[in-house]
Amino acid sequence: MMELPSTLTARDGTALDRNARGQYGDIIFGMIARLAGWSILLVMAGIVIVLVRGGWSAFSTFGPAFITSTAWNPISHNFGAATSIFGTLATTVVALAFAVPFAFGVAFWLVELAPATLARFIETAVQLLAAVPSIIFGMWGFFIVVPFMAHYVEPVLTHYLGHVPGIGLLFHGAPYGTGLLSGGLILAIMVTPFICSVMTDVFVSIPAVLKESAFGLGATRWEVMRKIVLPWSRQAVMGGIMLGTGRALGETMAVTFVIGNSNHLGWSLFAPGNTIASLIALEFPESAAGSLKLSALLALGAILMVISFITLACSRIFLRRGIPG
Amino acid sequence: MSVQKTSPAVGDGWQRGGAQAVRRRVVERLVSVLCYVATMVVLFLLFSILWTLVVRGGAGLSLSTFIHSTAAPGSGGGLANAIMGSCEQTGLAALIGTPVGMMIGIYLSEFDQDGRIVSLVRFVSDMLLSVPSILVGLFIYLIVVEPAGHFSGMAGTLALAVLFVPIVVRTTEDMLRLVPRAMREAAYALGAPGWRVILSICLRSARGGIMTGVLLALARISGETAPLLFTSLGNLNWSTSLNEPMASLPVTIYQYAGSAYDDWVRLAWTGALLITVAVLATNIVARWWLTRNGSAQQ
Repeated sequence: MMELPSTLTARDGTALDRNARGQYGDIIFGMIARLAGWSILLVMAGIVIVLVRGGWSAFSTFGPAFITSTAWNPISHNFGAATSIFGTLATTVVALAFAVPFAFGVAFWLVELAPATLARFIETAVQLLAAVPSIIFGMWGFFIVVPFMAHYVEPVLTHYLGHVPGIGLLFHGAPYGTGLLSGGLILAIMVTPFICSVMTDVFVSIPAVLKESAFGLGATRWEVMRKIVLPWSRQAVMGGIMLGTGRALGETMAVTFVIGNSNHLGWSLFAPGNTIASLIALEFPESAAGSLKLSALLALGAILMVISFITLACSRIFLRRGIPG
Repeated sequence: MSVQKTSPAVGDGWQRGGAQAVRRRVVERLVSVLCYVATMVVLFLLFSILWTLVVRGGAGLSLSTFIHSTAAPGSGGGLANAIMGSCEQTGLAALIGTPVGMMIGIYLSEFDQDGRIVSLVRFVSDMLLSVPSILVGLFIYLIVVEPAGHFSGMAGTLALAVLFVPIVVRTTEDMLRLVPRAMREAAYALGAPGWRVILSICLRSARGGIMTGVLLALARISGETAPLLFTSLGNLNWSTSLNEPMASLPVTIYQYAGSAYDDWVRLAWTGALLITVAVLATNIVARWWLTRNGSAQQ
């Protein structure tokens, strides 16, 4: 086995050298590639270590109460994460409540209902919506959505739903326009394209024979979707939704514009609030290096990191298992 | 006709008027209508955003936007320093991020023998793809800005590069996996060493797709605001030095949009229009490139 190359290269002495150089090249190239690959692990570990270390003084000062405390008082140096964690989760839930049905509707339309040429065009348009920078959503939300919510949507909602027992609580309060509902709506618009694109991909990738057999039995398009396509693609759809959740949790600029930025915890969707990301964006520039406030913000960053990493890890696991092949 | 009506056909229940059939038909129609409505709403939102940008941003667009730096309210400033800063930071981030991202992509697709660690790198890269960008800003602040003692364009560039790399990694890996096995084998059979096969054969045939990834990554980072807030901070004056705070379009928009001065808000809209047009145009070019390359390969 080993003699074959040597007999081939025996006529030309340089060929052997070239071969040897190729091996050195492979070793060097392998080292560079490995270094590059491992550097990304270093960056990830760096983010985790640096944030946890930065937030350590806040964690050790307040203990576990940091997560449950609603305080945010830079003067008395009393900080807590509960309000912003609540705001982050609440806006994300609102966002998903709107984004998932819309994303599903658009995906279903693209895959089953639309004419092929139109579908390609519309799909590109939906993807372009995902490409619009978040600050643009923030500005548009601040100048267009917030006044619209304050003048039309919120008064109407209070009028009709404010007195319904149970959910009425959600629609109380002055219609400022800013608040959890507006924040959630803007997030919904931003994450819809992500969820929609995952859904479209899985809906298209289902083996045609499964759908054809169902159609052959006389099922309607909706019945095929609900009883064949959705059960088949459930995992990947969940993965797509988790991906959207991850985006919504960490979104900063768009939310900062419309959330109202007040450290307030309440059930009303109209009340101004804050999220972890918006609080960091607003307060970080005003925090002195080494201060307890800065540490509290970094601790918030670490909490956001944990929440979003769990979500993204779930999303990856679902997506990897969900799409066969 | 009469024969057809009497013979039982597949899906005949659909035609008859039983309660079940009516219900199925109504549900089908209802879902279709709702899907049409959902699509219309999403498209309407996209066009509402674009329309707002064109109307409000177009009003303030003039030559002085491009040749004057930001100035005090009422003194007719432009966005020249912000545009320059954005180009410099995103351009440099792309210069750093492209080779690194491509090498990592090569590692993921060609070094399967490393086993678990390859899967780990892929997993971490996927996580970094969707990590909240503000956390990257905090990270760079803590490891670059705080030790150096001042904000700098270099820190902004690094933050953008961290966001840039995972996108390139993903496309590079995907595209390299599409390279036909026969092509690699042919190159090996000619006696080419492994690194030559990867660089000259695989990368070359995948370059269209990789370019698309680079363009998409460029579009993504050029609109990022959050990671720049704590790294390059923004600068009211013309500055191209990487060692000083540097202006950028998104940060300037953020500062101006929330201000109380009409001309600053107008400039913010103009900036928003510029950046959106640039980002969307890059996206369209990237997608067009991919479809063209895809059809050329077939």
